[in-house]
Amino acid sequence: MKLLAIDSATEACSAALWLDGEIISRFELAPRRHTELLLPMVDAVLAEAGLQLPQLDALAFGRGPGSFTGVRIATASVQGLAWAAGLPVVPVSTLAAIAQGMIDAQGAETVACAIDARMGEVYWAQYCRNARGVAELVGDEVVVPPVEVPLTPELKAWHAAGTGWGVYADVLRERLDSQAVDIDGERLPDSREIAKLAVDAFSRGVAVTPEQALPVYLRNKVTHQRGGKL
Amino acid sequence: MKVLGIETSCDETGVAVYDDQLGLLGHELYSQVALHAVYGGVVPELASRDHVRKAAPLIDSLLQRIEVAPEGLDAIAYTAGPGLVGALMVGAMLGRSLAYGLGIPAVEVHHMEGHLLAPMLEDQRPTFPFLALLVSGGHTMLVRVEAVGDYQVLGESLDDAVGEAFDKTAKMLGLPYPGGPELAKLALTGDPSRYSFPRPMVDRPGLDFSFSGLKTFALNTLAKSAATSQDKADIARAFEEAVVDTLFIKARRALQETGLGSLVVAGGVGANQRLRDKLDTLDAAVFYPRPAFCTDNGAMIAYAGMQRLLAGNAMGLAVAVHPRWSLEGLGR
Ligand SMILES: Nc1ncnc2c1ncn2[C@@H]1O[C@H](COP(=O)(O)OP(=O)(O)OP(=O)(O)O)[C@@H](O)[C@H]1O
Repeated sequence: MKLLAIDSATEACSAALWLDGEIISRFELAPRRHTELLLPMVDAVLAEAGLQLPQLDALAFGRGPGSFTGVRIATASVQGLAWAAGLPVVPVSTLAAIAQGMIDAQGAETVACAIDARMGEVYWAQYCRNARGVAELVGDEVVVPPVEVPLTPELKAWHAAGTGWGVYADVLRERLDSQAVDIDGERLPDSREIAKLAVDAFSRGVAVTPEQALPVYLRNKVTHQRGGKL
Repeated sequence: MKVLGIETSCDETGVAVYDDQLGLLGHELYSQVALHAVYGGVVPELASRDHVRKAAPLIDSLLQRIEVAPEGLDAIAYTAGPGLVGALMVGAMLGRSLAYGLGIPAVEVHHMEGHLLAPMLEDQRPTFPFLALLVSGGHTMLVRVEAVGDYQVLGESLDDAVGEAFDKTAKMLGLPYPGGPELAKLALTGDPSRYSFPRPMVDRPGLDFSFSGLKTFALNTLAKSAATSQDKADIARAFEEAVVDTLFIKARRALQETGLGSLVVAGGVGANQRLRDKLDTLDAAVFYPRPAFCTDNGAMIAYAGMQRLLAGNAMGLAVAVHPRWSLEGLGR
């Protein structure tokens, strides 16, 4: 299985090429430079592997949540690449990518992910490691104030990750009844994990056409009343 | 050679394919006007969200309809500015990645260059050099067009763009957004002799414009009237007359000063019938793009992109958009 994943949903910008379990990747913390960096990263990983897009089986992208503009940069890019090369696309949650990072790096069994969503809210979701070693969503992805994040009482001993934990560690820890064993408040989504999640999803039949590769913003109220500003 | 053009700078998603031998092969437009109408203006985040949903399917349906396979394209052109930054990024990343995936060049297009060259899509086309009067929602300019890429801005609006003045005045008169065409319709039933509006800046030398005073004048006139529907129609008529007259006087002055013999009228306000009738009385050959190519569209981007391609302006993989971008610095 050969799959290329891209992500630009947060401050991080990355591309990763999955080659039957091997990964070639690029990652940079580059706020506001995503349009500049993303395609050169794609080109670099393909060149390193000596591959062309049409030789791949599928593409994947971080479909959000995250910065609206950042999510659209990856979305528009994956649409163009997939359409040109005639490839299917696997949309992957950026929250799931963060959870997968904790599973792989810390051996986490349960992960509570929070991305800072500004305006006093976080993008929030909980995951557990399934039998295949893959982050599996428990409940829903939501955007809520940190004091209102929904919990799953059966699950204990959380690993916690994401910029939401960086900003709201105290509120969130209290909300989790101090059950967070390990907090990584700086972890960002990375295309390496997006690739891994996408390969798993693709093997179970999850894929869309390029036009169906669309962002998931979670925050859908972006205007106020008539004449209001963003 | 075939160039696919992609336009996403504001609230219209436009795509088109231009062939340097066969001309325009086809174009598609998705307008977001209805989406923004309830807010009384373009909401940038909603515009970006719509572009990313609509652009790819629009390209797909266009190519199927004109029976051009993706591999049959020779380059992709996209609007890189000026415009709304988030909206521009959608078209730019889509266009650049398409080109990369197909292994063909990508070219950036300046939105206003697209407008300037739009008349070149018609059978009746001007020859260089010519004078262009650009009148849209965001711009009011008189430009000397020496050749593709060689532009000299002779005058522009110091405040509101002319389309903006139309829209704001229309809003004041209680007309739905975007009000330009609505105001023109209302003006048809207005009495031209009832009110007399000023012609801003015509008695000063130079080719710059100012339209915000006219909007205020309309507001004051409305406040002093009984605001009946006839009053409103009369105000609309007087406002339109004043705008048309001002544009006419400045265009005539620019033709005289430059000695140019042809005038190109581009941009959304170019659809205004009274403006067209008046400009047709100029001692010059006057060219208009068809109405669909006066407003934002993909065809003008495909055409301008072809010229840019022929001039050797292909882009690297690092994409940048230019929300503010001067026309004069473009170069050939
Ligand atoms: N018949 C008409 N009379 C007056 N104004 C009109 C008419 N038809 C359209 N307009 C105006 O034209 C403008 C839209 O033109 P266009 O689409 O070229 O501009 P834009 O995309 O808003 O701006 P820009 O191209 O400068 O970024 C609006 O302000 C609209 O009200």
